[in-house]
Amino acid sequence: MNNNLKFIKGLTPTNLSVNTTAQKNASHVLDTTDLPTTRSEAWKYTRVTKIGKIDFTNEASTLASIEDKKVIDTPYTLVFVNGRFSQDLSADSFPEGVVVKPLSALEGITTQEEFEGDIFGALNLAYLNDGLHITIEKNAVVEEPVQVIHILKGDAQLSNFKVQIDAEDFSKATVVQGFFSEDSNNSFVNYTSDIQVGVNTHFTMEKIQDENAGNFHIGTDTVVQDKDSTFTINTITLNGTLVRNNLNISVNGENCTTNLNGGYLLKEKQHVDNHTVVDHKVPNCNSNELYKGVMDENSTAVFNGKVFVRQDAQKINAFQSNRNVLLSDNATVNSKPELEIYADDVKCSHGSTTGQLDDEAIYYLRARGLSKKAAVQMLVSAFIAEVIAEVENEKVKAYIYKRLNERFGWDINPEDFG
Amino acid sequence: MITIKNLHANIEDKAILKGLNLEVKAGEVHAIMGPNGAGKSTLASILAGKEDYEITEGSVDFDGEDLLEMETEDRAREGLFLAFQYPVEIPGVSNINFLRTAINEKREHKGEDPISAKDFMALVREKSKLVELDAKLASRSVNEGFSGGEKKRNEIFQMAMLEPKLAILDETDSGLDIDALRIVANGVNTLKSKDNATIVITHYQRLLDYIVPDFVHVLYDGRIVKSGPKELALELEEKGYDWIKAEMVEA
Repeated sequence: MNNNLKFIKGLTPTNLSVNTTAQKNASHVLDTTDLPTTRSEAWKYTRVTKIGKIDFTNEASTLASIEDKKVIDTPYTLVFVNGRFSQDLSADSFPEGVVVKPLSALEGITTQEEFEGDIFGALNLAYLNDGLHITIEKNAVVEEPVQVIHILKGDAQLSNFKVQIDAEDFSKATVVQGFFSEDSNNSFVNYTSDIQVGVNTHFTMEKIQDENAGNFHIGTDTVVQDKDSTFTINTITLNGTLVRNNLNISVNGENCTTNLNGGYLLKEKQHVDNHTVVDHKVPNCNSNELYKGVMDENSTAVFNGKVFVRQDAQKINAFQSNRNVLLSDNATVNSKPELEIYADDVKCSHGSTTGQLDDEAIYYLRARGLSKKAAVQMLVSAFIAEVIAEVENEKVKAYIYKRLNERFGWDINPEDFG
Repeated sequence: MITIKNLHANIEDKAILKGLNLEVKAGEVHAIMGPNGAGKSTLASILAGKEDYEITEGSVDFDGEDLLEMETEDRAREGLFLAFQYPVEIPGVSNINFLRTAINEKREHKGEDPISAKDFMALVREKSKLVELDAKLASRSVNEGFSGGEKKRNEIFQMAMLEPKLAILDETDSGLDIDALRIVANGVNTLKSKDNATIVITHYQRLLDYIVPDFVHVLYDGRIVKSGPKELALELEEKGYDWIKAEMVEA
């Protein structure tokens, strides 16, 4: 047993029906792996030592209502508090073609993730609290999104929470995920997802991270795309003290499109780390990745984007871009875009920029009568709007703009920026 | 309208303006000419409120207010407008959106209600026609991908939208072909009234064929060394600036 995860002693192993092999693998990783340090390349800029020092527990808890803990108004909302299914707050009927089950109702839960020493993924499975399995049935076209809300409640809570989505062939659907916290400090949501995108399927995930300061969020989304499919994920991080998002997408079928967009708008001492992998294993696919950040005060951001184009994966168009604006001299970005190309007939580009707002532009706007604050807001809005525009659901967009106004005082009229 | 007295200004300890005096009254058009490095653009920037300069001496009175004490945006709201020599490109910010914000900030400053969407669009149509600016350009990102001439026309379009009391045109003519120059000049002339004033900073006499000044000033080595009627511009065009320099040496 390792020393870094001393909090494990106080936790109860999962009582869910987890597949024995997967369970064994997870236990092995936990027994043989330490918490990552900044000496490990994948965690070079993100310190998790503090997580190892907290005596986490996991308590059942509930909320009177989720009035201010949701991204959109929809009857199709599922709520988890500290990783446990909250039936009272959740819908019991879903649109046609959508089948939802809590993981606690399933047998032989397994995972798509190959842990490869990933202690958090292993912890998630071995100590899984609950989660849900969503099936989008074959040929189903679901207009109204399903919303999955996770709430951390109380101090020093550890939630091991998993979402599994099986978007079957020829289906089309959107899942909105909202991560929140209430009366919570030093709590930690350790999240994983397994997403399967079927043949000719369109699946969109809108992920909003809005836990309060003082809490931790580490998550790994593992996505597998079958042929002719389109997968889009928009990850917008609005709050939280430490957020680490791993996004691993395997493009296993030809003629796929993959869209990964991320926005992080940080202040105080927030730290947000996005690690993405798009693995093009087969020919004739497109991937578009755009992550943009606005950092104020003492916040830090990390971006590490890897795109693999395997030897047989000819005719791939892969674009990756990470752009950052620093609003303060104390904000920091570590950006590392990476392309690994083994095929010879591909079109790929990547790039990274970090800078401050253009002083000349601020002066120009002020010389036309805009206050400095209005000028900054206008430039920031124009910068970040490009990512927010990728969010397909208007209600999700409205939520983002509402929160930007609350947190930063940016009163943005979305219509002005498309 | 504006009275500049004994203005001295430095940039990084280098003296650029060395005791500049100028008075412009409502209804007047003043041209400021001078060789490169004389301080023409510095003067424009200081009046608009750019913060890179240190004012070491002198005063600027703008309609009874101490201009140098005002923030850049307040100068604009009080009716000062600078047409930039090099208009900035601002990707993602639409011309229209930014102008509506600018107009509304000005109106709020004056205690007026925001302009209605309908009135605003009518104003855009009217004023873009004035400078023959394609309506499509009006709604694009500020100056992004505009040609040099389009940028300058966009400056005059903004000026027309904001209806300033005092407009300062900083080498608006440089780089313009004759057609664009006519359009820009026509815009300026149409906007001219007995209540507003214009300062035209230029290198070339050519612009003054189209925007006829009441006074021409020669700015040399940080000061206005010669003032005269519009004919002075022709003389400068013909003789260059050397004779002024010679006069200075003699004096």
